[in-house]
Amino acid sequence: MNVLVCVKRVPATGGKVTLTPDEQEIDTRYLGFTISPHEECAVEEAVRLTEASGGSSTVLTLGPDAATEQLRDAMALGIERAVLLETDGREWDAGATAEAIVEAVRAERAAGTEFDLLLFGNEAADTGGYQVGIRVAYALDVPCVTGVKELKIENGKATAKREASGGWEIYQVSLPAVVTVKEGINLPRYPSMPGRLKAKKKTIERIVPQWHEAELEKVRLKLPKEQESQVEILGNGPEAAAKAVEVFQRLGIVQP
Amino acid sequence: MILGLIEHDRGKLNDLSLEMLTFGRRLAAQLGVPLEAILVGEVARPLTDRVRAFGVSTVHLARHERLDDYAPGAWAQCVIEVIAATRPQVVMAAGSDRGNEVMAHIAARMNLPLAANCTEVTPGDAYLVTRLRWGGSLLEEARLKGEVKLLTVAPQAIQAEEAVPAGAVAINAFTPALADKDFRARVLGRVEPAAGKVSLAEAKVVVGGGRGVGSADGFKALEELANLLGGAVGCSRAVTSLGWRPHLDQIGQTGTRIAPEIYIACGVSGAIQHMVGAKGSKRILAINTDPEAPIVTKADYAIIGDLNEVVPAISAEITKLRR
Ligand SMILES: Cc1cc2nc3c(=O)[nH]c(=O)nc-3n(C[C@H](O)[C@H](O)[C@H](O)COP(=O)(O)OP(=O)(O)OC[C@H]3O[C@@H](n4cnc5c(N)ncnc54)[C@H](O)[C@@H]3O)c2cc1C
Ligand SMILES: Nc1ncnc2c1ncn2[C@@H]1O[C@H](COP(=O)(O)O)[C@@H](O)[C@H]1O
Repeated sequence: MNVLVCVKRVPATGGKVTLTPDEQEIDTRYLGFTISPHEECAVEEAVRLTEASGGSSTVLTLGPDAATEQLRDAMALGIERAVLLETDGREWDAGATAEAIVEAVRAERAAGTEFDLLLFGNEAADTGGYQVGIRVAYALDVPCVTGVKELKIENGKATAKREASGGWEIYQVSLPAVVTVKEGINLPRYPSMPGRLKAKKKTIERIVPQWHEAELEKVRLKLPKEQESQVEILGNGPEAAAKAVEVFQRLGIVQP
Repeated sequence: MILGLIEHDRGKLNDLSLEMLTFGRRLAAQLGVPLEAILVGEVARPLTDRVRAFGVSTVHLARHERLDDYAPGAWAQCVIEVIAATRPQVVMAAGSDRGNEVMAHIAARMNLPLAANCTEVTPGDAYLVTRLRWGGSLLEEARLKGEVKLLTVAPQAIQAEEAVPAGAVAINAFTPALADKDFRARVLGRVEPAAGKVSLAEAKVVVGGGRGVGSADGFKALEELANLLGGAVGCSRAVTSLGWRPHLDQIGQTGTRIAPEIYIACGVSGAIQHMVGAKGSKRILAINTDPEAPIVTKADYAIIGDLNEVVPAISAEITKLRR
């Protein structure tokens, strides 16, 4: 089975976010980069599926040259091939991103690789568009299940579970298919040292896709208004426990 | 006209749709156009009156024998038929799993842009929208183009409010032309939720643990405190990544959103992706060794100290009080 997994490079923000002066980006001077947790799980799922059933796994990203870091991270975990759809750093909207991915899938097909399963994150960490996977599915005319937290592949069919109001919904589609996953579908492994070394030596295939004017076009980013709360320090160490219980009583959580 | 897709599960309304209708009604008033809604499936017909109360003048009711359960492609096709027949300026749904999914199907089929999780909309040639990024820890102002504006409304962007006075509602029942392809992905079965357990999303008290808890075993003390308070245990992503707790317990951007009376955050640093999941908490009590930890500045109460000592001490204090 051949699996494609699509990931996006995003800043690994911590306790506080600051924006660049032009309000176009997160200030990343002091930040590292990563991919969405959903996508980390998609990568892990791709590795597990091809380990179990044979076939090949490919990771793809649309992003700047620096995104090769995220491709190598995925290869360090066991993904075999990597494709970079190289951009000049401008932000592509979901429609244009999907189109570029579809072009790349068609090029793979022309070169003899058919993907049975295309894995995406349910939503990208930064833009949260909730749509690239679905757009790709329509363009390739294959079915799509989103928000998947359990996936079984058997006899050319994908059976998928997704959470819904405390329980689960069950879907089944025939392959090839698009599946967008959520964190929790698996527990991703950590890269091994030999895995990292191997990934470093691998070549990354590059395509320069055609830029499309954004139909959903970013004007600027803003920080939401902080509800600055005045913190009341109840004390230090276990001696503060009584104070905490007083608070619980005041809030009606513990009966006085 | 503004068209709102009402979300329901086999006839049970998702209340986020009422926020969406309130949002839609404001926009409709601003544009001087009517607000209409679409209900998918005969099972949803009883919702008509509820929807009317929110100012909807026409309900488009899609009737078809195969619409008894959810199928995103089929739902999208129903909406597209109404769009073709009525030419709305805007089509919207709630920013829920299903709302975002069906709208993305519509966007893909019609080759239109979609703005997910909007909090504000200003009409114009292109609409100026404010939408959530990073699960709500950042906002984006964007221009939404396209002949029909497709968007979803972020949960809690607005409070659901009935229209006064609400007028009469007309029902336009129609039978969509659905193909097998529209049902390629559909709900085939369900696993019902386990009864009895306090769910993290609904718990009145949440005791959360972060990397500072130190081990899977360390969560025993947090469980004890949660039990004493009738609450649920949650955790940070650092904890799930380490395999100490299942992902179902994770609070945050890629986990569960909580809304308790109090969130007791133990050994959690307060990363922005964690805090968006805890934003609904009325109060936060942080227990942390580091007085400079971001969670401390975002909390209402803090205890500076080792959670391994503080948490059992709180439990002991409550037990003492109850004896
Ligand atoms: C796209 C994206 C999505 C993410 N989604 C989520 C999400 O959904 N949920 C989430 O939680 N994270 C999420 N994260 C990860 C997030 O950025 C942080 O890495 C994570 O929340 C940190 O977890 P932590 O606070 O437990 O660990 P740390 O940041 O390591 O903090 C540990 C804290 O424990 C304190 N401590 C240590 N020992 C003790 C002790 N004995 N007693 C008391 N205090 C102690 C320390 O002072 C520190 O403040 C996401 C990240 C990205 C990039
Ligand atoms: N630039 C990109 N490169 C590769 N995959 C992407 C890119 N942007 C989005 N995706 C994929 O599409 C998913 C959903 O993105 P979105 O619809 O933007 O929320 C992500 O989780 C990724 O799997």
